[in-house]
Formats: sequence, C-alpha cells, structure tokens
Amino acid sequence: MPVVGLGTWITFNVGDDRVARDACTDVMRAFFDEGGRVIDSSPMYGSSQEVVGYGLARLGMPKALFAADKVWIASASRGSAQVEESRRHWGISRFDLLQVHNLLSWQEHLPMLLAMKSAGRLRYVGITTSEGRRHRDVEAIMRTRPIDFVQVTYNPIDRDVEARILPLARERGIAVIVNRPFQQGALIDSVMRHPLPGWAAEIGCTNWAQALLKYIVSHPAVTCVIPATTRVAHVRENMGAASGPMPDEALRGRMAADVARL
Amino acid sequence: MTEWWTYRLSSFLLFSPRTYFRLHELYNVEVWPVQLAGLVIGAVIMAMAFRAHSGRAVAGLLAVTWLFVAFAYHLRRYATINWAATYFAAAFAVQAILLLWTGTVRHRLVFASPGRARQRIGFLLLLFGVFVQPAVALLAGRSLLQSEYFGVAPDPTVTGTLGVLLLANRSPWKLWIVPLLWCGVSAAFQSMMQSPEALILPVVGVIAVACAIAGRRPAEHARAT
Repeated sequence: MPVVGLGTWITFNVGDDRVARDACTDVMRAFFDEGGRVIDSSPMYGSSQEVVGYGLARLGMPKALFAADKVWIASASRGSAQVEESRRHWGISRFDLLQVHNLLSWQEHLPMLLAMKSAGRLRYVGITTSEGRRHRDVEAIMRTRPIDFVQVTYNPIDRDVEARILPLARERGIAVIVNRPFQQGALIDSVMRHPLPGWAAEIGCTNWAQALLKYIVSHPAVTCVIPATTRVAHVRENMGAASGPMPDEALRGRMAADVARL
Repeated sequence: MTEWWTYRLSSFLLFSPRTYFRLHELYNVEVWPVQLAGLVIGAVIMAMAFRAHSGRAVAGLLAVTWLFVAFAYHLRRYATINWAATYFAAAFAVQAILLLWTGTVRHRLVFASPGRARQRIGFLLLLFGVFVQPAVALLAGRSLLQSEYFGVAPDPTVTGTLGVLLLANRSPWKLWIVPLLWCGVSAAFQSMMQSPEALILPVVGVIAVACAIAGRRPAEHARAT
C-alpha cells in the first residue's frame, strides 16, 4: 500500500457546487496518477462521501482505489444502514476498510463490522481517534479485539502515540493510518514561515509538506498517512513524500526537535 | 458524542471559508430576486413599526422571513455542507411558528411611538440588519453576491428581528430564545473561519439584551411603587 493516501476532512465537503466538485475530481485524478490508493472519508464529513463518489464515477472507478470509510452514529441499530448509505455515496460494491469513527458506540459497531468482514462484505476493520483523544481505550481495543487498522493523529508535534500505540500496533500486526499530519493546516502554516532545514535535502524533500510527511511515514509502525488538500499541486507535493530516502531514527529525532523549536 | 468536552471548537468546522462563501454565492443566484423582496419586507416593517396596531402584520412578515430562511437556506442549501443545518432549520421554523402564534394570532407584539431609547436602538438594529449588514461583505473583501441579506440568510434576519423585538413595547421572552441562540451559533462558526464578521451578532445580541433589560426597569419600578 502506498504510504501517502488522501483525506477528505473539510476539503471535499463542497456540497453540490459543480465547480468545486470538479476541482476535487482533479485532485483525485492527480492522486491516482501519482500512484495513490487510499482515500478516507466519513459520514461526519458533510458531503465529502458524495463528492468522492462523484469523482470516482468521472474517473471510471480506478482499480487502484482502496476505499476507507467510517461508521459514525450513536445508535447501534442504525450502523448498518449508515454503512449502506455511505457505500451508495461512494458508488462502490464494498469498502476495503471500515472504521469506528472516534470510537463512537464502538462496543456495538465493532461486532457489526467484524460480522461484515466474516461474511466477505468488507476486507478490513478498524477504529479511529484524533488529536490524542481516548488513547487508553484505543490501546485496550487493540489488545483485545481482532482489528486490522487503527487511525490516529501523529506528526512531529503530536507524538503521544509513539509511546504506546505505535509500538503496540507493530507488536500485534495492526496497520496504522495517520490523520491530521499538518494539524489541520496550522502546523504547515507555522513551519512555512521558516526556510527548510539542511536535513531536508538529505531525504530528498523540496518543501515542508514532504518533510513533515516523511517524518510520519518513516516510523516503522505507520502504514499510511492521509493529508487532505484541495489543490492538485499539493497532491503532487504530498505524493513526493512516498519516494526517495527516508530519515533514520537519529534524523527523525532532529526533525522533531527542529519542528518543535519553530 | 463521547468526551465531547475534549473536542476543540475547530473540530466542528466541517467546511472551509471558501466553500461557505461560495455556498452563499450559489444560494444568492438561486433565490434571486428574493433578496429584493427581503429589502421591501424590511422597509415595510420599519414603516409599520411606528403604528400602534401593526403588531400582527409585522409578526406575520417576520414569520415569513424566518420560514424562508429555515427551508430555502438551512434545509436546502446549508445542509449540503453541514449536517447540523437540519437542526438549525427546525429552530428557525419554530421561531416562525412562535412569531405567528404569539404575534399574529395572540397579538402579543405591541408597538407604540418610538420615543424611548430602547426603541430607537431597536430601529437602528433593524436598519442595520436590512440595509447595512449585507454590505459588510464588501469590507471583508467579498462581493455582494457572497453577502447575506435580510429575509434570505440567517444573520441579518436575526439582527432585524432583535431590532423589532426591541421596537415593540411588549415582546414575549420566548421570541428572544432562537435569535439569541443563533447569535452564539453564528459567532462560533464565523470565528472558526476566522472571519471578522464573527463579532457582529454577539455585539448585536448583547446590545439587544442590554436594552431589553434596561427598558424594563422603569415599568418594574413603577409597579413596585
């Protein structure tokens, strides 16, 4: 699986604006052209699922797609219906990955998703959290439930998961998707005011986005990071982080220290 | 949502400012020329609010604007990018019903000559909501196409309504609830988008409440003595 995916939080929630939907389709086209596979969305993200479906239809349902979505509803009994509605929005036959969004009603939804997987209607099951919330619960679920994926927030500033969750994921063979790599734009806005440090050239980075993403995907437990963007140029920049030399442990330490200082 | 207190305000912003203002642009094109009707309704309310027996008609006209915003804006347009908009639509519809029931049917919205400070400020708020607030978009660097208009979009409608409630000699407290709640909701979303307009409705709300409280004192004092 390519280490750089595509998130849809905020960026793909453009409603029925045809011009903006076409711009999102251009982003998806560039993403697939650059070898991308994982697109991640959620029923919580407004019209994002429909916009993804709009783009996929116009791109002829790219075979490379790894469709990742979530179940996000308090009512246990309505989880299946929401998954079906999400599938219709995407216009696909089945999801590759479904995750319990922010652990909402996970006790009820996780068995439902695992049953879908057993029945062959889903390939992988996961859970998500963001911005450091409920890490103890995440850890407990990783230890006790047969999940395939865990999605967490991780970047050179938000490093809580390095202590327990990422090592546990490696130990138990759970794939890790990283959300909010740029702290919803705040981190990239902050570092962009400074010139790229010298180590960026050592790992083949020509911009800050690639440097931040390389820090994330070079962690041995990380499977994929899902930056969101509305611009084709940014997609190409982001995808650049999937290739070339990666930082070793010592350089990763310097990168985190340098970014924290900025 | 579990542990909701651990969420930052920005976690609830589902869309970008660009998408939000583009939504207004598409909406304004879609409903044109209802904006003109909104201006006319606003002007008619201003003229009627000086007459003692116009409460029923003013409440009815205001109810029409709230109902329009509930369905045309919240339910049909805003809900495409914000799932919470269906709840906003319900709240605006409730306000329309309250205006009709309390103001038009039961005649509890009573106007008199606008001599007191409370009423003068109410008139200024109404004037601001109908004619000035839509132009604020220009100051923020956007076109009038991306602006919000009285009777068409929520913020100026709320400002104008609070102005009317101040203008009235009597305005039942239940008519204040939804407009004041919307002041908070709008301020929250606008501040998440770092929009300078985030300050408008909180200031309008505070002015309206302060004037309403200050305006009650002489009457209560008179009753006490």
